Amino acid sequence: MGDVELRALDGVTIDISKGDFVAVMGASGSGKSTFMNIIGCLDKPTSGEYFIENENALHLTENALAELRNKKIGFIFQSFNILTRTTAIENVELPLLYDHRVSSKERRQRAFEALKSVGLEHKVNSLPNQLSGGQQQRVAIARALVNNPLIIMADEPTGNLDSKTSIEIMQLFQELNKKGITIVMVTHETDIAGFALSTIVFKDGKIILNEKLDHQKDAEAELRNYPTTTKTIG
Amino acid sequence: MMRMLNLIKIAYRSLNRNKFRSFLTMLGIIIGVASVIAMLAIGQGSKKNIQDSVESLGSNTIILIPGAISQGGVHLEAGSSNSLKRQDADAIMARCQLVQYVSPVVYKGAQVVAGSQNWRTVVYGVLNDYFNIRNLAIIDGISFSTMDERAAAKVCVIGQTVRTKLFGVYENPLGQVIRINTIPFKIIGVLDKKGQNSFGQDQDDVIIAPFSTVQKRMLSTTNVNNIMASAISQELIVDATDEITRLIRERHKLAPFEEDDFIVRSQQDIANIFGAVSKVLTILLASIASISLLVGGIGIMNIMLVSVTERTREIGIRLAVGAKSRDILFQFMIESVFMSFMGGLLGISVGILVSVLVAKVGGWPVDVTLFSVVLSFGFSSFVGLFFGWYPARKASKLNPIEALRYE
Repeated sequence: MGDVELRALDGVTIDISKGDFVAVMGASGSGKSTFMNIIGCLDKPTSGEYFIENENALHLTENALAELRNKKIGFIFQSFNILTRTTAIENVELPLLYDHRVSSKERRQRAFEALKSVGLEHKVNSLPNQLSGGQQQRVAIARALVNNPLIIMADEPTGNLDSKTSIEIMQLFQELNKKGITIVMVTHETDIAGFALSTIVFKDGKIILNEKLDHQKDAEAELRNYPTTTKTIG
Repeated sequence: MMRMLNLIKIAYRSLNRNKFRSFLTMLGIIIGVASVIAMLAIGQGSKKNIQDSVESLGSNTIILIPGAISQGGVHLEAGSSNSLKRQDADAIMARCQLVQYVSPVVYKGAQVVAGSQNWRTVVYGVLNDYFNIRNLAIIDGISFSTMDERAAAKVCVIGQTVRTKLFGVYENPLGQVIRINTIPFKIIGVLDKKGQNSFGQDQDDVIIAPFSTVQKRMLSTTNVNNIMASAISQELIVDATDEITRLIRERHKLAPFEEDDFIVRSQQDIANIFGAVSKVLTILLASIASISLLVGGIGIMNIMLVSVTERTREIGIRLAVGAKSRDILFQFMIESVFMSFMGGLLGISVGILVSVLVAKVGGWPVDVTLFSVVLSFGFSSFVGLFFGWYPARKASKLNPIEALRYE
């Protein structure tokens, strides 16, 4: 048995313009995670090129990539990935701790603003285990926002959340998108993909669909019409 | 600078999140440092104690003891021969210019009876110079005279322990007659309290009588147990020892190829021997203690390795939000150095506390030196750096994608 060459991504060419909101779809193993890692500057392609704001990320050192992640990219994960036993505001401060140009006073201030923008100004000193799943994801979003990123990478941000909370998160995403932040979001759910502006579908390492949506769903309107469920206990 | 400050903050926060674990890790270092300090303090203390008590004996004292008997190549112990006589002591007095005081010494264990009380002690037969050589002071009464010596008078001077055992604290022993091995002696003086010497002997449990009295009336012998002398100054002690050796060899008619049939020791020699013993002991104790410090260091490495594995995801998050690999390296290094540093500080306090406690409760002399504090603190910080490096490097080499996926 020889080595079998596996190409996670093969001949993918895509241009994501500033201010886009892209939903990335595809079965597991289709190459979408590798795609996300590369545009999130966590990984480098073995060949090919990747430009972020006219800078070729391929020629950057590990340290320069870290710097890029620190200044221009915000990450949101399915499993939230916030530090346990660490307060909400300390979690949000995290990226700024690695940017030594930010003073500790400014850091606190910006972290608070970020938490406020996701509606958690009253949970500043709460620990993750005192927060609901949706609130934890909001902390993660605040953390992604705190460095004023160019682009937000969201890897199944609603995967661990119930449908109403998912729509709330989408509403937040749409707000951020309207402010000009580019969002690239992996999702399995077509429902959720409908809140984006365009869709990319991966299959076997290739892009098989890349289209602009005719109609973007409005999360705010959806929430207004969301049926108020009556909880019955017993 | 700002960046280092931030990393220190990060390291502090993560240690603070695991207070108990951090403390347990530090405990290894605390115990290590504390035991190094306590051991060195005890060693140093006993060394100093020996030096002090030697000085109180009179640091320019010289002692001569008879050599070993040698018959057909078999040597018996030192002091077993009868080579020293009173005449040797008289000759030293007459001819050695560097010697100030000389006294032959004989002694014998004896049962002492006074009225209804009795006590077992040692009776020394000496000349008057002996009091000067040993720095003995008479607080009550007088010492015996040359007349007493010549007449082998049955008079004696007693130590504080003998006094208390036979007469209690209040009764005046002066002028009383006690029986030493059934021979009646009149008490003419009482010695000042001297306490224990460094080998635990009670220096107050003695009776001192004129030399000829003890030699003739109690021992009926012409030999002496030893001869004590003192040099005119501490600097001349070596020369005085040489002078005595030459004289005694001449008196004993020893040919140049023959060994001495006596042994000369200065108090300083004895001090040096015990000093060397206590030095070896100190080194031994300190090296055992530093092993515990080393074990503490390995404890740090162990915990840091576990911690790196356990916090793989955290490291992944940090890398994703823009931490550079050296930021992670420094964070973990700072954590381990901080622990060993704090452990070192706490260990110093505990070590000093233990030393003071040993001094108070055990009555053992201790001496905490700055050297031992600096040594153990430096060593513990080094241990933190050394054993923290490997786990920190391991953490910094993690791949962010794999680290983020780690369960």
